[in-house]
Amino acid sequence: MTFDWDVVDEFMPRFWDGVLVTLQALALGTLIAFSLGLVWAMAQRSPQPWVRLPVIWVTEFIRNTPLLVQLFFLFYVVPEVGPSMSPLTTGIVGLGLHYSTYTAEVYRAGIDGVPVGQWEASKALSLSRRRTWTSVILPQAIRRVVPALGNYVVAMLKDSPMIAVIGALDMLGEARQFSNETFTTEAITVVGVAFIVIAYPASLLIRALERRLVNNT
Amino acid sequence: MSTTPDSTTDKNPPVDGSQLIRFDNVTKRFGDNVVLDDLCFDVSSGKHVTLIGPSGSGKTTILRLLMTLVEPDSGTVKVSGDYLFHEERNGKLEPAGESHIREVRKNIGMVFQQFNLFPNMKVIRNITEAPVHVLGLSKEEAESRARELLELVGLTEHIDKYPSQLSGGQQQRVAIARALAMRPQILLLDEVTSALDPELVAGVLDLLRDIARTTDITMLCVTHEMNFARDISDDVLMFDAGKIIESGPPEKIFSEPEHERTQQFLNAIL
Repeated sequence: MTFDWDVVDEFMPRFWDGVLVTLQALALGTLIAFSLGLVWAMAQRSPQPWVRLPVIWVTEFIRNTPLLVQLFFLFYVVPEVGPSMSPLTTGIVGLGLHYSTYTAEVYRAGIDGVPVGQWEASKALSLSRRRTWTSVILPQAIRRVVPALGNYVVAMLKDSPMIAVIGALDMLGEARQFSNETFTTEAITVVGVAFIVIAYPASLLIRALERRLVNNT
Repeated sequence: MSTTPDSTTDKNPPVDGSQLIRFDNVTKRFGDNVVLDDLCFDVSSGKHVTLIGPSGSGKTTILRLLMTLVEPDSGTVKVSGDYLFHEERNGKLEPAGESHIREVRKNIGMVFQQFNLFPNMKVIRNITEAPVHVLGLSKEEAESRARELLELVGLTEHIDKYPSQLSGGQQQRVAIARALAMRPQILLLDEVTSALDPELVAGVLDLLRDIARTTDITMLCVTHEMNFARDISDDVLMFDAGKIIESGPPEKIFSEPEHERTQQFLNAIL
């Protein structure tokens, strides 16, 4: 078997379409996962049980069911009763929601890691609850967990091909379709290399960030 | 200052207008452990009171109650005439809401054993954060107040450093400045030198002596530094098993304690 560069050339336009979908899903999914996860983590510490308990149940449920099932559910079941979204939007929401339950755990660990004396000092200064969160607790908590959050970005990148099952063709989705149509395998190899080209620098970046944050505390 | 060491004989001590802090029949348990046992005492405005006693005798719990870090199981606490944990509605005492508690607590500042400075903020912002966001001072006002306080505690040149760049003694002095920036009527000092290296203790204690001498802030102080207690205190309260077993001016408590338990305690630590 020989590697045919002409096939690669032919695949390129669709490859770039796929890269665009992958990067969009990753960027917007990360945005959702990071912000929603923070909301979950704070809600799980609410003194109100009617806020705390539902959030704990829902996040446990999402974390313990497969992403694939959630994507199917969002794409085929949710539109029956609620809004219907494009495949890409559904994929982004699915990835973001699923990973938000993991980032919530990361934030929770970070928040738990802030010494209880910080809460007490905030109280002794009569800082409001909101001010205590935004200027004392979260800046310390998030700093600790940035590297762990970064790992989930890489994990999400590696899970992103799943959104192809609902028709949002990412790099791998495009490659599989192309390969099936042309009875070739080159496109799959190209995508494999592309994943490394994106993921490896990303993990180097995370490690650099980790060093920087550790040195500054 | 009047205390009722044996609270069973006097459930309702007479009300005195100068009482700034008043505990009435306060009981606090942690599990089966009674930390404060039907405690009654009061502190007059401007007094410096030291709480001594073996560990676990309830003295730190008094400070934590005043800071509302813990709540009493029964009894009432009053600060400058207002109930701390209760509100009067239609002549009845009911548990207080968050905003009431915060309003009363604004009069109280606390310095902790472990400093508890905010490590993510520079020294200056540690001191200005609460005056700006709680008292509503402008940034300029708060910063000029912070500069004065840093001069008082002798740390002007460290204004733009982070707490981790300071020694323990310096950190504790920033914590004192931070508490004073709120202009509290009452300052609570919870074993403020216990976590310091021995050579740094004297500087912090001298600063507190200064503050005690030059301001009219009421101080409640838990300490094992008996010389310091002798210097600054108007009154000393001796705690044992959640009760005040003896109280009086420091000369009397330290020189001729009446209670055998006090004598044992002082012998053990002096």
